[in-house]
Amino acid sequence: MNSAQVPAPARAATITWRLATVAGVVTETPRARTLILDVPGWPGHRAGQHVDVRLTAEDGYQAQRSYSIASAPQDGQLALMVERLDDGEVSPYLTDVLSVGDRLELRGPIGGYFVWDVALGGPLLLVAGGSGIVPLMAMLRHREAALEIADARTRHNVPARLLYSSRRWDDVIYRSELTRLAQDDETLEVALTFTREAPPEWTGFRRRIDRMMLAEVAWPPGERPHVFVCGPTPLVEAAAAALVELGHDPALVKTERFGPTGERG
Amino acid sequence: MTEPFISRGFRGRRQAAATASQLPPGQYETRDFPVLSAGPTPRASLATWDFTVRGRGAPTARWTWDEFQALPHETVTTDIHCVTKWSKLDTVWEGVSLDTLLAEALARGVESAPYLLAVCDGGYSTNLPLADVTGGKAWVAVKFDGAPLAPEHGGPARLLVPRLYFWKSAKWVRQVRLMERDEAGFWESLGYHNYGDPWREQRYSGDL
Repeated sequence: MNSAQVPAPARAATITWRLATVAGVVTETPRARTLILDVPGWPGHRAGQHVDVRLTAEDGYQAQRSYSIASAPQDGQLALMVERLDDGEVSPYLTDVLSVGDRLELRGPIGGYFVWDVALGGPLLLVAGGSGIVPLMAMLRHREAALEIADARTRHNVPARLLYSSRRWDDVIYRSELTRLAQDDETLEVALTFTREAPPEWTGFRRRIDRMMLAEVAWPPGERPHVFVCGPTPLVEAAAAALVELGHDPALVKTERFGPTGERG
Repeated sequence: MTEPFISRGFRGRRQAAATASQLPPGQYETRDFPVLSAGPTPRASLATWDFTVRGRGAPTARWTWDEFQALPHETVTTDIHCVTKWSKLDTVWEGVSLDTLLAEALARGVESAPYLLAVCDGGYSTNLPLADVTGGKAWVAVKFDGAPLAPEHGGPARLLVPRLYFWKSAKWVRQVRLMERDEAGFWESLGYHNYGDPWREQRYSGDL
């Protein structure tokens, strides 16, 4: 992480609240929707960053939550993926109530560590659990858009592998897009694993992400892949610890965890 | 914004008044204990663990784990507020007050200064004004809820500065560096607020 001495910053520009308009809604899984947003004045973002969303009731009561950005920086619109938490305060509003034409207050982009772009180089190793795929999808979408216009050497320099854990087939967010990306791109490999129920005749992984699986999927530590792990806390703890045990430099393993310590995705 | 924006059809879930008064703006209460860390959880061995307080000059105050455990410990019940919006109320911690550690360090010849940088295993760091960690405001905590602090929550020892957003309560803390000048820590140099007062909602650099 940072070892250089950085002076305390002079006051930076405020990350202001903006009124976005819902331009589209995509059903990803039975529990997950993507909100496609027009955001006037959006300053741009890096793949991996998130936004804060703020809801205001008529009496002035407000609630805020953070959501990862799913769209690539190159995309014209901002995409947020929201998974419905049945006992949630904000996500059921975003998945069940908010509709095309509605407005939504947000500010961002936020976060300067869990970010990747092709200029940082590769190899790129992505490890996701459940909706932890979202910021990693922004990286894959950014990578795809950047490589479309890149030369062969750049393409060669940023091979990517994704290991993505889901409970069952229906829970795999971006299933068809991931399939298409992997088919169209020889330098991208996607490996899925299922923790509850694999599809019939599934020949791939069917267990939680562990050290053996990572040893099989990941590049050797000597290749010094940039690693991004995102998902429920137990998955991230297990995967990050296993990667360090396998010899990966902890400074190259960036993590984003969500949820409490004890729950498994 | 000139006219307050209303989210069509949003009702929200208001907290009981007693809870609401404990919640800074934009925060919600959680009963869980979420984990947020930028990288893998470091695993420290208590046999080699030490805690040091360093000033500008040569003298450094150092405690081994056993020496640290022999210092007077305090039990603290406090609310904690994470910048990612969750707050956890009435949490119970045990640790050594920064007052104790700094007084001992100064007695051993460490030079005081108006700022400090907390430096941690795993490369994490955070900066604080000395005034915000003295006078019963900060601890190096080694227990949560009566049990040794779990590694994912910062064990064996983390800073506890409950008056500021919880990223200032640095996990896996190993050293306090007293500094003449304020110097941005890890998140403070990556877009988060330099001070981080939850009651003024100072989440990101640029927030007033």
